[in-house]
Amino acid sequence: MPELIAKAALEQAPLTKAGVTLAAVEIGPITSVAVLPGGAKAVAKALKPLGLSFPAPNTWAAKGAARIVWTGRDQAFLMGVVPPTLDGVAVTDQSDGWAGLSLSGPGAEAALARLVALDLRAAAFPIGSAARVGLNHMSMVLLRVAEEAFEIYVFRSMARTAWHELAEVLDRLEARAALKA
Amino acid sequence: MRLKCPLCGDRDRREFYYSGTDDYLNRPAADAPLSAWDDHLHNRTNPAGLTRDLWYHEQGCAQWLAVTRNTITHEIMAVDLVAKERAK
Repeated sequence: MPELIAKAALEQAPLTKAGVTLAAVEIGPITSVAVLPGGAKAVAKALKPLGLSFPAPNTWAAKGAARIVWTGRDQAFLMGVVPPTLDGVAVTDQSDGWAGLSLSGPGAEAALARLVALDLRAAAFPIGSAARVGLNHMSMVLLRVAEEAFEIYVFRSMARTAWHELAEVLDRLEARAALKA
Repeated sequence: MRLKCPLCGDRDRREFYYSGTDDYLNRPAADAPLSAWDDHLHNRTNPAGLTRDLWYHEQGCAQWLAVTRNTITHEIMAVDLVAKERAK
């Protein structure tokens, strides 16, 4: 067997500008859970030991290290834990398919507003919200994890592009803050 | 222009791909007369007023949506999940 070297999708050090910190996120295993027709009851039962239930559209929930995030019609991502045996669903390992980034700080909303065509103010997108939405031209899964913190999941092949887009936004926000000072 | 996706909510038009008339949902049987296939593939009405067409929410939930709208007033009356209609 060849020795395979595990590499992170992003090796950039965290970047803080204009009061916003951009960092890579290692969430652990990601599993797509797609409910088969008539499988809703079985999946609800299987998720119970994890303390989770199948999420409503545009929401996510966590229990300890385990998270479940709505990602589409009858589909969710189970993150952070190795999935238990699940009945009534099609299960696919997505761990190496996605890259996570976090954006936190008082200016996180303003930074995302430049790339996301969605109202992300806390009143419209509170903690526990999740959305499939565009990050400029790429698609992402966006989660609000705290009052001033978001997590962004993009296709792994686009991780560095996503980082670049966000880092540029932080550059501009910093430049603007310098003008005001 | 904004479309209210039944799953994702109110979203910007840029997230959607426009496909065309919902005639494509009604596929003739394999042994249907050629005229039926001709209609299905090529012949379209061009209504001034009510129309129903297919949009794909490509930057969102990846669902096909059937949008009922008015081409004169630009009013959007309904956005339905195609998958839900098919399941009936």
